[in-house]
Amino acid sequence: MGQYVVRRLLIAIPTLLITSLVIFAILALAPGDPLAQFALNPAVPEEVRERIREQLGLNQPWPVRYVKWLQQVSQGNFGISFNTKAPVLDLIGQRLPQTLQVVGLAYLIAVLIAIPIGIISAVKQYSLFDQIATFFSFVGFSVPSFFTGLVLMLVFAINLGWFPIVYSSTLKVTDWDSFWQQIRQMVLPISVLVVQQTAALTRFMRSSMLDNLTLDYVRTAKAKGLTDRLVVMRHVVTNSLIPVVTLIALGIPTIFAGAIITENLYRVNGLGQLLITSINNSDTPVVMALTFIFAILTVIFNLIADVLYGVLDPRVRYS
Amino acid sequence: MNHKRLWSWLPVFAALALLLAACGGAPPAQAPQATEAPAAQATEAPAPTAAPAATEAPAATEAPAPTAAPAATEAPAAAEPGGKLTILYWQAITILNPHLASGTKDYDGATLILEPLARFSETDELVPYLATEIPTVENGGIAEDNTSITWKLVETNWSDGTPFTADDVVFTWQYCSTPETACTNASNLEPIETVEAVDPQTVRITWKEPNPNPYISFVGPLGMILQKAQFENCIGAAAISDAACQAANLAPIGTGPYKLTELRPGDTALYERNPEYRNADSVFFDEVEIKGGGDAASAARAVCETQEVDYAWNIQVPKAVLEPILASGNCDPVAGGSFGVERIVVNFSNPDPALGDQRSEPDQPHPFLTDPAVRQAINLAIDRQAIVDQLYGPTGYPTCNVLVVPAQVNSPNTTCDRNVEEANRLLDEAGYTLNGAVREKDGVRLVVDFQTSINTLRQGEQAIVKANLAEIGIQVNVKAIDAAVFFSGDPGNPDTLNKFYADLQMYTNGPDSTDSQAYLSSWQCSEVNSSANQWNGNNDGRYCNPEYDALFAEYAAEFDQARRAELAIQLNDILVNDVAIIPLVNRVTPQVKLKNLEGPTYSTFDSVLWNIQEWRRVP
Repeated sequence: MGQYVVRRLLIAIPTLLITSLVIFAILALAPGDPLAQFALNPAVPEEVRERIREQLGLNQPWPVRYVKWLQQVSQGNFGISFNTKAPVLDLIGQRLPQTLQVVGLAYLIAVLIAIPIGIISAVKQYSLFDQIATFFSFVGFSVPSFFTGLVLMLVFAINLGWFPIVYSSTLKVTDWDSFWQQIRQMVLPISVLVVQQTAALTRFMRSSMLDNLTLDYVRTAKAKGLTDRLVVMRHVVTNSLIPVVTLIALGIPTIFAGAIITENLYRVNGLGQLLITSINNSDTPVVMALTFIFAILTVIFNLIADVLYGVLDPRVRYS
Repeated sequence: MNHKRLWSWLPVFAALALLLAACGGAPPAQAPQATEAPAAQATEAPAPTAAPAATEAPAATEAPAPTAAPAATEAPAAAEPGGKLTILYWQAITILNPHLASGTKDYDGATLILEPLARFSETDELVPYLATEIPTVENGGIAEDNTSITWKLVETNWSDGTPFTADDVVFTWQYCSTPETACTNASNLEPIETVEAVDPQTVRITWKEPNPNPYISFVGPLGMILQKAQFENCIGAAAISDAACQAANLAPIGTGPYKLTELRPGDTALYERNPEYRNADSVFFDEVEIKGGGDAASAARAVCETQEVDYAWNIQVPKAVLEPILASGNCDPVAGGSFGVERIVVNFSNPDPALGDQRSEPDQPHPFLTDPAVRQAINLAIDRQAIVDQLYGPTGYPTCNVLVVPAQVNSPNTTCDRNVEEANRLLDEAGYTLNGAVREKDGVRLVVDFQTSINTLRQGEQAIVKANLAEIGIQVNVKAIDAAVFFSGDPGNPDTLNKFYADLQMYTNGPDSTDSQAYLSSWQCSEVNSSANQWNGNNDGRYCNPEYDALFAEYAAEFDQARRAELAIQLNDILVNDVAIIPLVNRVTPQVKLKNLEGPTYSTFDSVLWNIQEWRRVP
């Protein structure tokens, strides 16, 4: 097992290097210029723009910049953002709590809702509950978040006025009042994310349950005279959860990528919003840092999911 | 069994409850609709032209009211100073050192903390900030020979309690005149020979040569003064590489009405009252928050519909979206001045791909756009009023001029009324005859490629222009290019506005200073874009007219301000009458504010927050 983990970690190194090279090349070769906003400003003539490019190190060819970037990163330094002229890691550090709060909580809620729904849907297959749950999960699948986001905003924030549309990241929770305010501003973005994530997990849990329900060990358990409830909860659910747990583990890195559309729509200052504004402004160091960290997390959680699978399912053995 | 069936209905009940809730919300939504008609008129009326009057009036007449009527029963309680002002930008502040800033939002964010010597008001007049008065030739502040300007400085403190002196101004010059610092406003300091502190309260700027625009340096959003003590070790490369300087860039110490509490780059800036501010007692709000991100339409909704915030910046959205939002009746639009003139540039050189390397080079004349009759016909056929009525609404108005601000250089001599018959007559006379739907002459068909950036408004304009020109037998092929490419100036990309590989192109531009010289200089022959200057001239249309160059030379050598304004108008008239470019719309940057917020105005050459120390809540 230990050997397996070490081997996987060693394989991860070239994977990450290639990933970073590809992303860097795409960013460097894509059209766009961090100084584009100055292009038509007569107060910022070409000489000044050239000087700013020099200051930011953009005057060198991109392979040279990539090697320099790699050197920096190997020392744990992700460089400075072109826009804030301050270390990228500070920016990410500021954003991470908001993303964990909103996107992370949404993921947790989605898991907590999806598993029971999936179980009931499978046990009572083709019942009314199953039909309705199926209907809603397909709605969740097929309606994009920019649509649900706008509809929820229009109905609950603008028409009903229940929730704010502007997420205040400077709100300090000091008493019940501000706590309530924090809950209110989190409801809409979290709902949008929950609707989407629940949909996928529900379907997965349901099909996993259905696979197990027809197996012989279930019939054996029933034949022993165990109650339906005990059979389902003790035997079927635990076995059905195995693939779902790996799916959940694989989904965790996506939390750290933030939710680009939802965060932007509700002005949550999370990592997704940082990523998209940085892409728009060609702020290469920030985009590189975010995508690279995301790549590392994906590799790690892939490994965790595989290891977890082996722990949960005795039939799987690594050597 | 029964109760089991019941609870399987639960999601249905939930969905029903949701539906009911949504419908329950409908009545409040309809309420504003009922008032839509009168409110829409209200927003249309003050739009572009009446706005200055509307915003000037309350400042003059209503401002004294709260102080004059403290004896009144309820008024004083409601107008009690304090509280928090919330401002929403759809772009977010990323840095607060304006000299290293990357956009309007950063300059605006710094405006609360830092001050220049003077700022521009909504009427483009200079208002002293860190100066006691505006130097002129009459008061002796400007040397007779225009070689220097002397500013008297106010006595005030930085927010850390240390005194502000002439050394800070000298330092700001040293900071930005060092090329390695890479200040974005370096060109504003370029004409300076030296800056010296005559005494702690007087600073003298000596120009390299007599300067017709003495207010170019240390004035407006590009001229904010940094504290020497804070930035002393940040000159040159250290400006962004040194950790202390990085921190200083995000939290400058200032002399302004507010000081920074917290900056979350790319998200929120939080400010509090600066007790050291020289007029601290007159500042109304205790706290200001500038929140960034999201989109313009929802920013307008947050003011007008949910009333979560007091003020939203640049709600540049299509008229059809904006007008129902403004109709809610909770907010007032604030717009005026000029953000720039949306124009169509005519390519005087030939962009034909068949020319290969020679494409769009100045020595390849355009096959038909060099013919004044064709240019004039295009100019006459375009329906500017339709563009404004259908697309811009309160965010722009038609203009015939390239130069519209300040008001004294906005030419009264030009007209650009639509006249399709005249356009057709001109083309007939010039020998372009209809062959099918498109005119041609000597085998040259009037088919033009018309490019611009990807933007809902611009694609709407393209569609209108295409329909307009079809009426006079000119076929338009439209092309839309990603803004990041179109405006990039990248010499390796064929789709930049600098290369202009098309016949017509559209974008917005305007002068960045009350002095028009830099702006008008870009139509000289010497500025023509070509491969020789990596397409980095300023004359993308490659217009070259010796008459214009001669007049510009006269203008540049003139120091009398009244005469300069006259010459600027004449230069504008040459460009317009010769149809070197086709001005369409004077765009304004529309803001919205809650009705109980007083003070927001606009400024063409300064931040929209330039007078934030005067903003107040009214009952």
